[in-house]
Amino acid sequence: MPAVGTSVARKDGIGKATGSALYADDITFPGMIHGRTIRSTIPRGRVKSIRFDFDTDGFTIVDWHDIVGRNSVDLIEKDQPFLVESEVRHMAEPILLLAHEDRERLNAAHVEIEYEEETPLFDPEQSTVVFKKIDIMKGNPAGALASADLVVEGTYRTGHQEHVYIEPNGVIAVPEDVDGKKGVAIFGSVQCPFYVIKALRCLFGAHPPIRVIQTETGGGFGGKEEYPSMIAGHAAMLALKSGRPVKIIYDRAEDMIATTKRHPAIVRHRTGVTRDGHIVAMDIDVLMDGGAYVTLSPVVLSRGCIHAAGPYRCDNVNIRGRTVFTNTPPNGAFRGFGAPQTEFAVEVQMERIAEALGIDSVEVRRINALRPGDTTATGQKLREDTSALMVLDEAVRRTDFLRKREGYRGTNRALGLSLFYHGAGFTGSGELSLKSKARLDLTPTGVRIATGSTEIGQGTRTTHAQIVSDSLGIPYEDVEVAQPDTARVADSGPTVASRTCMVVGKILEECAHEMKERLNGLSPAEYHTRHGAFSVERMYAPPDWIKWDDATYRGDAYATYGWGCDVAEIEVDPDTFEVRPLKLTAVQEFGRPIHPALAQGQIEGGTAQGLGYALLERVVMRNGAMANAQLTNYTIPTTLDMPELDVVMLENPYPGGPFGAKGLGELPMDGPAPAVVNALRWLGFDVREIPATPELIAGCTATA
Amino acid sequence: MARNVGRQCVRERDAVRTAISGLEVRRAASLGEALSILRDDQRTPIAGATDLYVALNFGTLEPRRFLDIWAVNELRDISMNGKTLVLGALATYTSLIRSPLVERHLPMLVEASRQVGGPQIQNRGTLGGNVANASPAGDSLPVLAAVDAVVVLRSADTERRIPLTKFYTGYRATVMRPNELIVAIEIPPVEGRQWFRKVGTRAAQAISKIVVAGVRAAVPRIAFGSVAPTVVRVPETERSLASGATIDEAARVLSREIVPIDDIRSTAEYRMRVATNLLRRFWIETG
Amino acid sequence: MKFVLNGASTDVMAHPMSRLLDVLREECGLTGTKEGCGEGECGACTVLVNGEPVCSCLIPVAQVESADVVTIEGLGDDHPLQHLFMNEIGAQCGICTPGMIMAAIALGPSPTLDDVKIALAGNLCRCTGYSAIYRAVLKWREMSDVNVSASATR
Repeated sequence: MPAVGTSVARKDGIGKATGSALYADDITFPGMIHGRTIRSTIPRGRVKSIRFDFDTDGFTIVDWHDIVGRNSVDLIEKDQPFLVESEVRHMAEPILLLAHEDRERLNAAHVEIEYEEETPLFDPEQSTVVFKKIDIMKGNPAGALASADLVVEGTYRTGHQEHVYIEPNGVIAVPEDVDGKKGVAIFGSVQCPFYVIKALRCLFGAHPPIRVIQTETGGGFGGKEEYPSMIAGHAAMLALKSGRPVKIIYDRAEDMIATTKRHPAIVRHRTGVTRDGHIVAMDIDVLMDGGAYVTLSPVVLSRGCIHAAGPYRCDNVNIRGRTVFTNTPPNGAFRGFGAPQTEFAVEVQMERIAEALGIDSVEVRRINALRPGDTTATGQKLREDTSALMVLDEAVRRTDFLRKREGYRGTNRALGLSLFYHGAGFTGSGELSLKSKARLDLTPTGVRIATGSTEIGQGTRTTHAQIVSDSLGIPYEDVEVAQPDTARVADSGPTVASRTCMVVGKILEECAHEMKERLNGLSPAEYHTRHGAFSVERMYAPPDWIKWDDATYRGDAYATYGWGCDVAEIEVDPDTFEVRPLKLTAVQEFGRPIHPALAQGQIEGGTAQGLGYALLERVVMRNGAMANAQLTNYTIPTTLDMPELDVVMLENPYPGGPFGAKGLGELPMDGPAPAVVNALRWLGFDVREIPATPELIAGCTATA
Repeated sequence: MARNVGRQCVRERDAVRTAISGLEVRRAASLGEALSILRDDQRTPIAGATDLYVALNFGTLEPRRFLDIWAVNELRDISMNGKTLVLGALATYTSLIRSPLVERHLPMLVEASRQVGGPQIQNRGTLGGNVANASPAGDSLPVLAAVDAVVVLRSADTERRIPLTKFYTGYRATVMRPNELIVAIEIPPVEGRQWFRKVGTRAAQAISKIVVAGVRAAVPRIAFGSVAPTVVRVPETERSLASGATIDEAARVLSREIVPIDDIRSTAEYRMRVATNLLRRFWIETG
Repeated sequence: MKFVLNGASTDVMAHPMSRLLDVLREECGLTGTKEGCGEGECGACTVLVNGEPVCSCLIPVAQVESADVVTIEGLGDDHPLQHLFMNEIGAQCGICTPGMIMAAIALGPSPTLDDVKIALAGNLCRCTGYSAIYRAVLKWREMSDVNVSASATR
């Protein structure tokens, strides 16, 4: 029986349900001590003096002087220091590291830091420091706007969002001897072990041998993409200086105050339409608050801009984006990576366009939805795996949308809809330059997958094993998955961007085909007995038709897209403006589901995060720091906040993916917010911002 | 959960977990023992610990010396004394939810208890703790204020009965003396329809943005949480309704009587608007 | 200080104000109980004390003296609910799973979907949107209710 397409038992085993799975904080090493980060308490200024108000005996203390290589977290730029030298750019910026074997003494240690404070900049609209600008131009939008029958304008805002993986960040750095050299092994809760390697090589220079081993990871969502490099660097410095294993586990408040969030955005739309509902021009301006360092902001902006026109055809488009500096902790990767912001904006804009035209919003979407053969804003000609109409029609049919919405007229209930898409894999030529590799090792009993792709809950181990099992024609049970250890596995690229199943799975499929040829009819065990072990390693080759110009932002932005249509049914309390989502129907097309139950889990979980983003999750910033950095006051959905979820998975295979699979992880994040806010519009609340808290909605009633 | 224990808005990162080794605790097995310990020795009582240990975990716990009264089982009783419902200070939210007496005499306390935290917190949090913690957002407090509950305080030497409405003297300040324990909350007979509504930050495990408890009688009794430094009754509003004012007039009176503020959970404007809306709803639904 | 841990009498040397969570994880070596927030909000540290689910991050160990404490390890490694959490994908990243199971295990017979939601309202999950967890718990209760009635009619 084929493994692909069935919900086989997960490769994780039972450990997560028995408590035996080991997460970073569950692991100890002999002689291990604990590390702590001393952080800035001002948003901008200079360190004048540092004084230790404690007995430093028995402490390991690290500051920037201890750095032998380069004091920068190597990502897109090298602007962010591991430890402040003098200039403080944001609250909670790491300045000093302490380690001690006694956690109580460590926690009690007080470091007095004197600053010369400077006036911080918090408003991205006032910022003149631009990290990245993007200008996407198609046709003649100015001319088309001028001659349009109607121009609809709108400004939309989205707030920060915190990842709230339930396991806070944590790593352990363990000194180890590698061929007589003093090296360090990092065990940690990370999405991208090889990102950590890159960052630590920069920090230490070429000298110490470094490896990174992913421990069981309690959720990521992008939050453990780039930030763990920082923590790993800190722990490694303490470990090398003390000669002992050092564990750094953030508590919830530290994690929320210091680590990355989703970029807040302001998106302005001017859309030209004809009287009969055709979009003729789109002029879109995207501003994202990058925070104090560049980190991943340029690529978040890029994905945000590419998705900013929504899944709609239009011949004349200009999308201008910029991401700017502010004195707030850097914003970073978060499931959706810029697209949830811009797709929220365009989907509420579509609803308002329909209102302005007096045409039903479903019809306006149907008229303009992208079809195979259409071109996107970057000029990408879409292929047969384009499913905007398929998901829209199914969602409308399944929810009896038009009739039900009409039936709710005059009540405090309403339906709202959003149509969205999400490009899978790295943008443009990104997959080409990543040069991702995957390896299959023949073992005495079967095969072992050896990649750096991490299991963070989404099912990497399982889907990869399914793909290998069927491609090799061996039982699923005979495929094992190696724990990612950078000294032992191939660098398959980061576990991000909805690429793990589609891209890394594809390399594994090719590895399996090559291995099958070499086995020449023998089973792995038979071959191993006769000839011994061997490995197959291959590098990813993106489809040869992909053409992308990073300078002009023209070309094939993504090899394929997933498509979704969400219908939110909500009820609003007329006295308190509380919104109760009653039901959310998520119709999503993402090629072939390798493991239907895991895929459904991705959609249900992403939808929950999207609903939190829409309604509940508000980061309150005061003086450049998160003021509600507790799970009590930053509220993610509980069981009682979640509506009934109806998930529909449609299939329109992507020929370049393993067994026709596309990426899925991020797609479900894009739809819930606009669907909910569009339902609010039907109740007379002109909401153009998320989270749509009761306080915000109450203030929107005047314009209804 | 209802737990607003010393939460700093921007926590300096020096505020890490309180060192356990610096704490000292004595455990009392009976009320008599507890009171005699408190007579000689100033200690902070600790019961379900659902507020106190949040402060400990956040490094904002100030007291260092404690008296653990969790084992004083005589304070767990829920009983009738004549027509008075007597709620032991250590009655947990779960026991209030399950109590037929509370369901019969003070159903809105059952409703309020169901909305405190999740089941884990309901299993540990106590009514006495909610009263002693003195948070303006304490979920049970408007219920107690609306029914003129009496806080029974006992020391080794004396017993005092203080109406809940006189128990609080300001933000997180009470009339309790260091040698006293809350032993019970007494609920005089309640005539009239009870009504409760909590508006929280989400559907479960929520801190309240505003709480209203009301009793509809000839002279209605209405109390609000999270609109002032302490839980408050709104006597002017009650009087205006009792004297036949329209609900719109009463709402105007209410808006002069409460002083909500902006905080990280909500805004003064929203709280004011929702308070008046809920006053209307109370009036309509109990009319 | 003595208490019953997963059915066995246990004696720990701990400061009476130590958090039960730390005693379980560090003194008893039972790391299946997780810490997610330190404020009783996420429920990842849920254990049973005298049969009731509580947050072990908010309990001084002195208060479980002579009590009956059950952690996820106390269920063994072959409990039907554990298998259902994995098979129904009620566990994704798995960090909330032990606490979620300890909250669910306290449910009475024949729960409705609403009963399950209320019983799990003190446990946060960021991966699943909860639906798969409901499926796992409801299936488990259906199975065990069937077993109960089968043995009752015997």
